Amino acid sequence: MKLGGRPARIAVASAGLIPLAWGLFDLATDGLGPEPVEAITHRTGSWALRMLLLSLSITPLRKALGAPGLTPHRRTFGLLAFLYATMHFTTYLALDLDFRLGGLAEDIRERPFITVGFTVWVLLAPLALTSTRGSIRRLGKRWQVLHRAVYPAAILAAIHFVWSAKADLLEPGIYAGVLAVLLGIRGVNRFGQKRSNYATIRRARSPDETHAQGAGGKDQEGDPQAVPTANPYPKGKTP
Amino acid sequence: MPKAPNLPENQVTDPALYLRRREFLRTSAAAGAALAAGLPALAACGSENPSEARADAPEPKSPPPSLGPVTPAPARFRAEDPLTPEKDAKSYNNFYEMGTGKDDPARNAHRLRTEPWSVSLTGEIAKPGVIALEDLLRPHPLEERIYRLRCVEAWSMVIPWVGVPLGDIIRRLNPGSKARYVAFETLLDPEQLPGQKRRVLDWPYREGLRMDEAMHPLTILAVGMYGQSLPGQNGAPLRLVVPWKYGFKSIKSIVGIRLQAEEPVTAWNQSAPGEYGFYANVNPEVSHPRWSQARERRIGDWRKRPTLPFNGYGEQVAALYAGMDLRRNF
Repeated sequence: MKLGGRPARIAVASAGLIPLAWGLFDLATDGLGPEPVEAITHRTGSWALRMLLLSLSITPLRKALGAPGLTPHRRTFGLLAFLYATMHFTTYLALDLDFRLGGLAEDIRERPFITVGFTVWVLLAPLALTSTRGSIRRLGKRWQVLHRAVYPAAILAAIHFVWSAKADLLEPGIYAGVLAVLLGIRGVNRFGQKRSNYATIRRARSPDETHAQGAGGKDQEGDPQAVPTANPYPKGKTP
Repeated sequence: MPKAPNLPENQVTDPALYLRRREFLRTSAAAGAALAAGLPALAACGSENPSEARADAPEPKSPPPSLGPVTPAPARFRAEDPLTPEKDAKSYNNFYEMGTGKDDPARNAHRLRTEPWSVSLTGEIAKPGVIALEDLLRPHPLEERIYRLRCVEAWSMVIPWVGVPLGDIIRRLNPGSKARYVAFETLLDPEQLPGQKRRVLDWPYREGLRMDEAMHPLTILAVGMYGQSLPGQNGAPLRLVVPWKYGFKSIKSIVGIRLQAEEPVTAWNQSAPGEYGFYANVNPEVSHPRWSQARERRIGDWRKRPTLPFNGYGEQVAALYAGMDLRRNF
């Protein structure tokens, strides 16, 4: 079975729907406890955040394993995150607010905790809507720019969870920690990439070195003078 | 000169001895917490029950009060709302000393040993000391009260409590003129209350009332609910119930009652002063910074209902706060 093949994608999507099935089963069998609304709100919110983190872990995992086949699952997890986030938001809108839009407006205006949560949903919606192949083709480069919204969305989702806690920050803290690691990996990769790009530029500009040794080499001992324009931060003197 | 309280001399521990012991208890418990469940021997120091310090007190004579005769609630102390199902009231609990999840307290309650149990009575009273729970309660007939309970998290229940008016107990202690507040303290013992191993709040849990609030006939010290002794998760063996205030005021598993001149430090107020005030009167018009308090979900309902000022007890208690800015004193 190919990592990103159709059967694999179906398997991942089905696995991602297990929490929903499980929740519906609990709902039907009185398994959500004395306060089912709180249970639904908490479960849908947690799964939205988990799916978002899984989606964000695909790229680093793909790079670490050298497995480009994983890429399609990024979308699957992203869509699952939006699905659970939508259920989370709808539960709040229907059962906490009775669909009173005035109440929603007041909450968004006056309670940063809600403002942040609502913003996450608003940021995720266009990403879900433009997740089709057609959109990717149509939007071209802009698609990538648009889908960077997943980073602020994830950060705000973690803040929303931390903010929802009364005093016990352990669980939301763990999620925030995982997100920090996932974003940290990207930061490190990006930095590394920049450096290897500079190395490429340096080699290209260097008069006595016309043959590239392969882009992305890791062993160039930098002579800061060799990259006078392209690199404002010579190696070893990062800001 | 106030009259001595109605406590036999031989049941009262020398307060100095008691206080030293509590100090030891506190220090060892803190050390245990710091070691995060390592070194069980040291942590075990904290498991000593307060009543064991009554070296000079006689053997506990009787087990804690099994609920004998209970006076049924008169109409003014009987909420008309249908009762919350007993299993819900006993399985959906906020008692962070037994874990922060709603179902943690029911799971951890078996660790709490409520027999024997004693309460230290200190501060501006005629005869400070430590008294066995059964002796504290003996002079008072048990009464039933059916009260709405409104949690600060915007859910609510209707619970039939069994207890005695706090005012009756305080009167018997002969408070001095300087007694303007009552401070309460929960048992500090991470072995029996494992939630205390993590410093979610500054343990022990502390709460307090102004004297007139404490003396109000609605305020009770409860020892039972649904006609039975309190289960651990609901604050056995002795808890406060103040029905017009958010639930966190109704402190559980009380081991200390102190009458004092200053407003007591209270656990949630100390943890987040912008979110939880000292008064904490149920007020639909003053929002929690993170959620509205205008509506609440009665446990068992899908939809929310409007929250009533003072949780519906305004007629009886609003006068206590005449002239006060309840937005500022939230």
